[in-house]
Amino acid sequence: MHGTKILDEADRLMTVCNSCRYCEGLCAVFPAMEMRRAFSDGDLNYLANLCHACGACYVDCQFSPPHEFNVNVPQTLAIARAESYAAYAWPGALSGAFARNGLVISIAAALSVASFILGFVALNDRNVLFGVHTGPGAFYKLMPHNTMAALFSAAFLYAVLALVMSVRAFWRDIGPPIGGRADGGSIFQAIRDAGELRYLHGGGIGCYDEDDKPTDRRKFYHHLTFYGFLLCFAATSVATLYHYLLAREAPYPWWDLPVVLGTLGGIGLIIGPVGLFMAKMRRDPALLDEFSYGMDVGFIAMLFLTGLTGMALLVLRETAAMGPLLALHLGVVFALFITMPYGKFVHGIYRFAALVRYEQERRTAA
Amino acid sequence: MSRKYDVLVIGGGNAALCAAIAARRSGASVLVLEGAPKFYRGGNTRHTRNMRCAHDAATDILTGPYTEEEFWEDLLRVTGGQTDEVLARHMIRESKDILNWIVEQGVRWQPSLGGTLSLGRTNSFFLGGGRAMLNALYLTAERLGVDVEYDAEVTDLVIEDGMFLAARLKRAISGETEIRATSLVAAAGGFEANIEWLKQYWGDAADNFLIRGTPYNRGSILKMLLDKGVQEVGDPTQCHAVAIDARAPKFDGGIITRHDSVVFGIVVNKHARRFYDEGEDIWPKRYAIWGRLVAAQPDQIAYIIFDSTVVTSFMPTLFPPIAGQTVAELAGKLELDPAALEKTITEFNAAVRPGTFDHTILDDCVTEGITPPKTHWARKIDAPPYLAYPVRPGITFTYLGTRVNKEARMQMADGKPAANMFAAGEIMAGNVLGKGYAAGMGMTIGSVFGRIAGREAARHAKN
Repeated sequence: MHGTKILDEADRLMTVCNSCRYCEGLCAVFPAMEMRRAFSDGDLNYLANLCHACGACYVDCQFSPPHEFNVNVPQTLAIARAESYAAYAWPGALSGAFARNGLVISIAAALSVASFILGFVALNDRNVLFGVHTGPGAFYKLMPHNTMAALFSAAFLYAVLALVMSVRAFWRDIGPPIGGRADGGSIFQAIRDAGELRYLHGGGIGCYDEDDKPTDRRKFYHHLTFYGFLLCFAATSVATLYHYLLAREAPYPWWDLPVVLGTLGGIGLIIGPVGLFMAKMRRDPALLDEFSYGMDVGFIAMLFLTGLTGMALLVLRETAAMGPLLALHLGVVFALFITMPYGKFVHGIYRFAALVRYEQERRTAA
Repeated sequence: MSRKYDVLVIGGGNAALCAAIAARRSGASVLVLEGAPKFYRGGNTRHTRNMRCAHDAATDILTGPYTEEEFWEDLLRVTGGQTDEVLARHMIRESKDILNWIVEQGVRWQPSLGGTLSLGRTNSFFLGGGRAMLNALYLTAERLGVDVEYDAEVTDLVIEDGMFLAARLKRAISGETEIRATSLVAAAGGFEANIEWLKQYWGDAADNFLIRGTPYNRGSILKMLLDKGVQEVGDPTQCHAVAIDARAPKFDGGIITRHDSVVFGIVVNKHARRFYDEGEDIWPKRYAIWGRLVAAQPDQIAYIIFDSTVVTSFMPTLFPPIAGQTVAELAGKLELDPAALEKTITEFNAAVRPGTFDHTILDDCVTEGITPPKTHWARKIDAPPYLAYPVRPGITFTYLGTRVNKEARMQMADGKPAANMFAAGEIMAGNVLGKGYAAGMGMTIGSVFGRIAGREAARHAKN
């Protein structure tokens, strides 16, 4: 018996699957399962986070519902995965944020945006707030650069700390790898596997969404979202270096590196999340964890809003709308940062850790 | 009256879909009638995982060559010569091309699965298993324009002088209907799920059989064909049976209810007595005899008994072993006579001679002075907890079928070839597989003869 009902169910399924093994070529979950004969809570959370939810094992399984063995690995691991996020959250007192995550994210975003708007209104003259500002330092007429940098650095560092503590708890719980230790090769391979979404592929033909015809739709939109996010992050980092090393102040012309990166990333962050949302709406409910709907959509919405407000700011930065849009964009991004450890963002962190662990195990077994 | 198709395929497994695809690719209009609901489509193909094809060199997923001659020798050995050499050699030759053809139909291969290294050279495994293979074939068939109807129970065949005219079909909503076609491909499997039919040969013992595939393998098409003058082939009394967990569902438990632990312990019947040499031969070879052996025991039940030292020597099982700290406690849980089980194990332990245990070869661990002996891998059962799996006969497939020629054309009882009726898969497997089995052969028969039957049925229809 395990700590939760869903882990009991995951254990039952892994026992069925371990006596069958037909799916071992589809992804990493089943080979990892085969290295075990019994499953601890940590093992099951590891397998749950290793699963990329492509759905192939459900469509291929001769024992999936309506068969009496009722084998539904993608849905069971999706629920276990969502519960594992709460179980490993740091500090533990905030794990409840995962219970009604859509609401939590919405409130955090609303409060954050409201605070920025109120702050801008309270601290700026009306003419400044709705004024037209151009040239270097235009943004900082509304919010001093050092204040902005300090606030966002604090939020970012807190998110990093909370994520590190959470993934540390996960890493400890999933136990020492079967033989082996973390090494550069495993980490490098995991980076490649995560970067390509190697296991979001149904064993090579695509994922299953609304029916039994595989597509690469979700992989494509996830790539747009993930690389869009990375490009935006890179844009901000380059801009920070420009500011402190080259003493060049934003806004930058459209052809300059931070704007190019941010524009490409922003486009990805607008199209990607929309595509992911549509795919989620169309997906066979049998493959989904309905309880994490709020969490999933909340995160997708935050990324979409980040992209949308950023692009709006770029387009309208030389108009009177710049002030309010800056408040809106900063509010959304700030909320994204502080909710990172308490929302769907963590899926990438845990999955990456699971991929590293899998690579270690695979190398040791080989 | 509905439209007339060029080719009607009855059945929905590997053979049926290969026939449908081949016929469609030859330009014929094709309808597939699958008697099962969509989820259970495909008969025994659902539970398969590999196919045995001849090949002259190693491939991406096969570790070495498997020549036509070697395939033939294996077939000769497992059937004890009960095969049609002309047909069998033709099938083996054709199997070489199937290795590529089936990939062109969307099926994907993977190397042999964990725990099946012995098949790594001879058998190609389906990525994702048999249902994944079926899904690929159905997608291809639908993309090519093959019509497929599920829950389509054929109630009668209209056949005159070896000439197929129409099939009568009972539809859930629109009721009785008649479907005409120029050619027929029968690929509807055997009768292993038809307990009443099995009882004709096995008596009431058949009530205690478990069926490894779906309840839809009732052999109704086979029966209609034989009743309407098609020549039969294969021993009607025989079926392929293995020992599977007695706790498995009556139907469709598939591969995961199997036990490969016999060689690590002893097997007793309901009187707690041993009845056969558990160490006769290397496991995969002797795997298939235990269903028959258990079927011959009272109430068709037996128990594999072993101790805690061998628990990790075989694949993890679906059902956990039943455990007791003492032999008597275990006997109580199995509802066996404790004194009888203690006596059997005590006598067995006393008969075990020292040796060097190695389950990968015919080792020298033997018993002396008991009947039946255990001639290999005999070790004392004395490390509690004592463990047991209850087992019953699990019926995989039947051997009775329709006689066909190299064109997969059915032969009539009077010796003449049927005008427009072809057969593929388990329904005609008895032509090449008179008895016995070797892993992956059922799928070879299905794909090879399915493709031939589809091609020939289309050729007949288009002429």
